[in-house]
Amino acid sequence: MIEFVTNLFSNFWVSLTGKLLLVALMIPLIGMVIGYAEMKLSAKMQSRVGPYFAGGRWGWAQLIADGVKFFQKEDLVPDEADRPVFKIAPVLVLVSTVAVIVIIPFGPGLIFRDLEVGIFYALAISSLSTVGVLMAGWSSGNKYSLMGGLRAAGQLIAYELPLVLAVIGTVMLAGTMSMSGIVEAQISAGYPYVILQFIGFGIFMIAALAELSRIPFDMPIAESELVMGYLTEYSGFRFLFFFLAEFANMFSLSAIAVTLFLGGYWLPGIPEDVLAYAGPVILLGKTFLLVFTMIWFRWTFPRFREDQLQNLAWKVLIPLALANIILTGAFKVYL
Amino acid sequence: MVLDQDLVRHLSESSVSVELETEEMTLNIGPQHPSTHGVLRLVARVDGERAFDVQPVIGYMHRGYEKLSEVRTYPQITTLVNRIDWVSGYANEVPFIVAAEKLLGIEVPERAQFIRLILCEMARISSHLIFMASYPLELGAATPLFFALRERERVLDLLEGVTGGRFHPNFNRIGGVKPAYGSGSSTRKVIQDLPVGFLAETRDAMDKVLEAVDELEELVADNEIIRARTKGIGILPPEVAASYGVSGPNLRASGVKFDLRKIEDYLPYHLFDFEIPVGESGDCWDRWHVRLLEIRQSVRIVQQAIDGIPSGPLQAKVPKVIKVPLGETYVRAENPKGEMGYYLVSNGNQGPYRLKIRSASFSNISILPWILEGVLVPDIIAIMGSLDFVLGDVDR
Repeated sequence: MIEFVTNLFSNFWVSLTGKLLLVALMIPLIGMVIGYAEMKLSAKMQSRVGPYFAGGRWGWAQLIADGVKFFQKEDLVPDEADRPVFKIAPVLVLVSTVAVIVIIPFGPGLIFRDLEVGIFYALAISSLSTVGVLMAGWSSGNKYSLMGGLRAAGQLIAYELPLVLAVIGTVMLAGTMSMSGIVEAQISAGYPYVILQFIGFGIFMIAALAELSRIPFDMPIAESELVMGYLTEYSGFRFLFFFLAEFANMFSLSAIAVTLFLGGYWLPGIPEDVLAYAGPVILLGKTFLLVFTMIWFRWTFPRFREDQLQNLAWKVLIPLALANIILTGAFKVYL
Repeated sequence: MVLDQDLVRHLSESSVSVELETEEMTLNIGPQHPSTHGVLRLVARVDGERAFDVQPVIGYMHRGYEKLSEVRTYPQITTLVNRIDWVSGYANEVPFIVAAEKLLGIEVPERAQFIRLILCEMARISSHLIFMASYPLELGAATPLFFALRERERVLDLLEGVTGGRFHPNFNRIGGVKPAYGSGSSTRKVIQDLPVGFLAETRDAMDKVLEAVDELEELVADNEIIRARTKGIGILPPEVAASYGVSGPNLRASGVKFDLRKIEDYLPYHLFDFEIPVGESGDCWDRWHVRLLEIRQSVRIVQQAIDGIPSGPLQAKVPKVIKVPLGETYVRAENPKGEMGYYLVSNGNQGPYRLKIRSASFSNISILPWILEGVLVPDIIAIMGSLDFVLGDVDR
């Protein structure tokens, strides 16, 4: 039986279909779990109850109900909108997040596609979502949307750089760009890289928050200023796409951070044969810890101003990241 | 080839020296917008993120109260005036009633005056707590809202217990106050007074409010981002503030120690010991901080008033049909939003001949075109929020 399954999955097309289905299922599932966590956690922080009735208990089905509701809504396209661009923008945003999940190692050998340039690919693809956001802002034919889209573009330019520079330290230590290679390097080193790369980790998390455009960097949406930013004109399932993409993006960026800095699917002291099964659980646990931190930030902090964000990026984060690279290089050479 | 190189150099130089020109855009903020506190509309001419000309457009909520009050009797008008600034409805009634009493020459019993004063200060606390809730929200922090609104609910419950209304108490009568408890013909024999346990509950609530204010200060004031967003933003110099008629906490944030509670005698504030908090630089941070400090002072006043409330009747003797004698008067009061004044002209009838309402928010937002000159779009929201106006108070 097991042999049959292994044989079946060694067939290229079968394994491809399986992987595709798995990724396609993972996105809504992750979106729902994180969305529900956000609702419940924010309620806890604000002394509310949060979702309560949907699904009978604890409101566990709230996100499913919301999803169904979004599909029932009219798919409005404004008169002024650039129709094809308006329609394709949410798809582009969602696709970029799906594509990032592909390179996350969930366990030893448990990875959709182990690319040689894994981390490079992830960073390149994840910035594609900002293009989608810019398209959404531009095509909506709404001034608030346009400003939101432009802010998102400005944010991308400012934060892609520290994000990449923060990763370089880890890549230098590991000597590889492959995601599973980085985890294996951490296993053989015996410690997660955050111990040496704490500056890099901090910069990565800040830049990831900015990339996700979540509070304190949610200027592209900024409800109190730009109504809903680039999302203003979206409704129905296109709006849902943006939401799913945000939650899935939170997950994938956190998972990348876990892989690069926190040892990925590995925990010290766990033997290798157990790791093969416990790997996904450990990775998910660590990832949700980071996701929790992001949610925590979201409901604690106010929002920066656009120019303050640029200052932070260019004057603080990038010099820090460069210094981190130099320090890492010195460490690598002399120790 | 030589000519081509020259041409190329010329072209490259000219393309560099062309200035980057951006198109100016007119941005309509409101009347339907999440942070205009109602139906205020701002017509902003923006260049990218910088606004260089912001004109407020008001009048979307004009209800004609000044004209309406000319065809109503004095007791009926209190229902109108507490809808002017609905966030602190109670505080709007008092100066109007005091103006009528002044023309009639009625001496209000001391206990009634104390009750008015306690409720006025509670209205101030609830109004400032709304500001404490909404201002961080405008800066993007959602959580302080719940901390502040929870305490406000406590205060509003007490207000409701006395007056029967949360927002629109309609509680003042000419010559006194009329608690909801024991009213009506069947219970006429019951002595009308404050509800049982009101004073103890209020004392309790005031302690809770102080706790919440400490909590809010910790949550908001110690936040680096809040400081970065508000310090040095929207600086309002005292001379400019005074020349535009800005009043209340907005004026005091600019460093002007001006509080009508210390100057006027519409309520017996001279009996109490309280300070007037003032700001230093008149920026958004100061406007936030002054209001926070004012809550503490209001709590102090309420605590003193509860301790020293005299016994006695709640209502002076007044005729059944009230006709205010010929004359005119102006009574102004320190409302939560600023100076609220009623200019009352009576020709000896049951209703006023003319009632001019000077509301705080109307004068306070007249500063908007001046203060929003050349600021960034996010700062428009930060400054507008810090002025803490209510559209009902602007349009009347």
